[in-house]
Amino acid sequence: MEQGIIGKVSGPLVVAEGLTNAKMYDLVRVGKDRLMGEVIEIRGESFSVQVYEETIGLGPGDPVYTTGEALSVELGPGLLESIYDGVQRPLNVLRDKVGDFIVRGVEAPGLNREKKWEFKSVAKVGDEVASGDILGTVQETTIIEHKVMVPPGIEGKITKINAGEFTVDDTVAVLEKDGQKKEITMLQRWPVRRGRPYKDKLPPHTPLSTGQRVIDTFFPVAKGGTACVPGPFGSGKTVIQHQIAKWADAEIIIFIGCGERGNEMTDVLMEFPELKDPYSGEPLMKRTVLIANTSNMPVAAREASVYTGITIGEYFRDMGYSVALQADSTSRWAEALREISGRLEEMPGEEGYPAYLGSRAAAFYERAGRTSCLSKDDREGSLTVVGAVSPPGGDLSEPVTQNTLRVVKVFWGLEDQLAYQRHFPAINWLQSYSLYMEEVEDYWTKEVDPEFKKLRTDAMAILQREAELKEIVRLVGVEALSTNERILMETARSVREDFLQQNAFHEVDTFTSLKKQFLMLKVIMHFHEVALEAIEKGTNIKDILEAPIRERISRIKFLEEKEIGKLKDLLKDISSQFKASRTGGE
Amino acid sequence: MPKEYMTIRDVVGPLLLVEKVTDVKYGELVELQFPDGSISRGNVLEITKDTALIQSFEGTRGINTTQTRVRFVGKGMEVGVSKDIVGRVFDGLGHTIDGGPEIIPEKRLSIYGEPMNPYSRDYPEDFIQTGISAIDGLNPLVKGQKLPIFSGSGLPHPKLAAQIARQSQVLGKDEEFAVVFCAMGITFEEANYFISEFKRTAAIEKAVIFINLADDPAVERIAAPRVALTAAEYLAFDLDMHVLVILTDMTYYCEALREVSAARKEVPGRRGYPGYLYTDLATIYERAGKIKNKKGSITQIPILSMPEDDKTHPIPDLTGYITEGQIILSRDLHRKGIHPPIDVLPSLSRLKEKGIGPGKTREDHSGVSNQLFAAYARGKEAKELAVILGEAALSDVDKKFAKFSEEFEQRFIQQGEFENRSIEQTLDLGWELLTHLPRAELKRVREEHIEKYMSKFMKEESKEEKELEEVKS
Repeated sequence: MEQGIIGKVSGPLVVAEGLTNAKMYDLVRVGKDRLMGEVIEIRGESFSVQVYEETIGLGPGDPVYTTGEALSVELGPGLLESIYDGVQRPLNVLRDKVGDFIVRGVEAPGLNREKKWEFKSVAKVGDEVASGDILGTVQETTIIEHKVMVPPGIEGKITKINAGEFTVDDTVAVLEKDGQKKEITMLQRWPVRRGRPYKDKLPPHTPLSTGQRVIDTFFPVAKGGTACVPGPFGSGKTVIQHQIAKWADAEIIIFIGCGERGNEMTDVLMEFPELKDPYSGEPLMKRTVLIANTSNMPVAAREASVYTGITIGEYFRDMGYSVALQADSTSRWAEALREISGRLEEMPGEEGYPAYLGSRAAAFYERAGRTSCLSKDDREGSLTVVGAVSPPGGDLSEPVTQNTLRVVKVFWGLEDQLAYQRHFPAINWLQSYSLYMEEVEDYWTKEVDPEFKKLRTDAMAILQREAELKEIVRLVGVEALSTNERILMETARSVREDFLQQNAFHEVDTFTSLKKQFLMLKVIMHFHEVALEAIEKGTNIKDILEAPIRERISRIKFLEEKEIGKLKDLLKDISSQFKASRTGGE
Repeated sequence: MPKEYMTIRDVVGPLLLVEKVTDVKYGELVELQFPDGSISRGNVLEITKDTALIQSFEGTRGINTTQTRVRFVGKGMEVGVSKDIVGRVFDGLGHTIDGGPEIIPEKRLSIYGEPMNPYSRDYPEDFIQTGISAIDGLNPLVKGQKLPIFSGSGLPHPKLAAQIARQSQVLGKDEEFAVVFCAMGITFEEANYFISEFKRTAAIEKAVIFINLADDPAVERIAAPRVALTAAEYLAFDLDMHVLVILTDMTYYCEALREVSAARKEVPGRRGYPGYLYTDLATIYERAGKIKNKKGSITQIPILSMPEDDKTHPIPDLTGYITEGQIILSRDLHRKGIHPPIDVLPSLSRLKEKGIGPGKTREDHSGVSNQLFAAYARGKEAKELAVILGEAALSDVDKKFAKFSEEFEQRFIQQGEFENRSIEQTLDLGWELLTHLPRAELKRVREEHIEKYMSKFMKEESKEEKELEEVKS
């Protein structure tokens, strides 16, 4: 460890002097309070350090210490159900230490050192193991079994393996290689800015089911895929992120509140322990890790928070779990980059953002993926990344959105006009896209219904056509449309109101299974077909539009999952109802 | 003993560069003694080995490089608080300006505060009745929320803010609000309106007022909201009070920030505002909230005027991203003579779902509010269509919606400056207006609520109709 002194302080940036062997992205401790910082630029003998805590009170001459280590996170049992700040300090521990406001200079390890975990060995003495192989397991929460793996870069023969209750610092196994003994604990450290290694990256093929109809049916994201949600304020980005965190069929959820509102994190914190996971029936918190670096917390730690989160995500991916990570919002991360870049007096790119914004964003999203994990057992894990973007003024041409769109495969474009009409989720169905359609359609054909793909395409076509017809109506009035077109307009309205719109705060409507989504869409499209047929046979359009069965269609979203049979009845009734009305008409 | 220097090298706008300093800390408070003997305060913005960059809160007029004394006080900017601050008037740096005695501080607190631990926060969910239908009914305010008013020049936001401050109460509990009022860069007349309002309604006894007027030094505006919020935190979390903080006008605050940023030659973000504007605003707005196991709370109502009524301007835009919703005032409604001219469609209260409903307001609140929104939106759309195609092009149903939207503006949004409507009155008024629509169109309210709350108005309505018909016949 080496000591230098501060030469300059400007906001979150400190320039240290008198260091010699500090490396780029090394962690250093600044000032008497030993605030955490990271070396981000070296010019001759000056080392620029971004400091993760408030720098008021620092001045030239104060000490700077090197640690020789990069900014790392602690990985091991105890991550789940935690809430961390951007540099993995547990916020509940901070509160116990310093009270309701975060005082600077307070330290707390990421994992609890006292807690004992029941370690069950899986490997045996004499086994040859290498990086990623599973030594044993710990039941971390009621639903997640934590797999204790050989840390990357280590291999050897097991000479000793324990079973019983241990803290994360205790040795659980001893490996021997070339006469060298290596003690393995349940705790690993990994530098946040480097992706954890894997054997192979595989193309994604399974959809991440989120229970949100517009997402799952129209713009699905695959497990291991990437998506972004740009939208102006008030368009419901955060609600969408929360809904995915609540209902996605991923085994692990990482939620990063990056430079956003404190009350939103509190909402998650208070709600998740009470909400039940629809797949396991256990509280959602049991599979969740929260990273909260709210907008008023130090800006440099905000920059680090997305990396802290994704590294924890990768760690669970390596165990073979499917992980879904939400970052809300990546624009705040980019702004943190911009602020630090400005203080470094770098030449700015667009709108003051640094020129390397694009490569940093790409590097972040590329850490997502479906991978075959390091280890002999060929397990597969996936890490899905969904990033919210907050474009200033809702203008999608701004640099953060553009750089994000270049790398992500799914785009859920939110629109404030839809939000004003209280059409939620306010995802614009004409602008948004998903590049995973093919993979997902194969899955639907196999797992849900072969007809799903066609239904989705037809429904989409109707929505497209509606947009064109709306223009005509706007110009010359509804009389200009043919009866068939008027039926189409009505069906489009039904798709929008009865399918796309989904109330996140309604106890039933908040989550819809894929099976039910298929049936709902089928009901709507079936009505459309039958209505067109009826028109052909001379039924009055008024009779169709005022058919009482439409009232039932408008209530299908409130049918509980267990009442799914009623949808099938409804399908039958739609056919027969029209026969009846036709005979009535004749 | 504070160190004193007479080594100013540069004076640029509100900034000073002082040379040959030692042992100065970032953020340290500075006292400047001008050649004429007057004293100003500032703080350290950047510090290198032997130079310090200082922003002077009270401007740099009258400073020279040879006779001005610079004293580094050895600590950050602080404000003294005690319970005697209630009822008093201060300047933007926390000095009394009402002619009364100086405050004898019980505590001195850093004006920058510290970030509230998200784990300690308590979710805001207590409904605040402001007595204004457009807010209570559609975009309700809850205790611990930060809900800004987006206004424009010439719109009556002072009246609205004063009305909120006057009428706000928590239902069912005998809790009243203390008001912390912070004026930044507004005119004497506007500030005077607020102060005389507070005096007239005796609200001044529970108010703490910080005033930085349009002709006061701009840089003082950077400190003013922080001083005010430090006082508010003291009242809320040390003295268990419910505090309503009104900050007006945030636009002038941001302009002061831009002035300093430009003087420092920083790389500008959008429209010349510094790239850290979001972070800086967040350190103000995020000081609203509630803490678990503490009685007090801070509810913020920042007011900002949107330049050219443009919601995408960086100031309203970044504010909207931080605050929990926004109340937007509309020039169109104002021209129509509707007060308060709240444009309910783009207005939003993000915390409303948790703050309303049975036990808090009334079981039908959420449904009525959604129905009113949807109906008003549809009515406005119909009216726009009628402008292009003529009234005749509308279907009968659309005509009803168009009429509804008119009535809604005239009766629901419109209310007197001193009219305090209870939430029951607001909701009942909503139901009454909904009777003008065909019942089949009321899809967002529950059937049983229609029976329970709307039927009484239906009868009257049909009675009236009958009478009308009788008269006709």
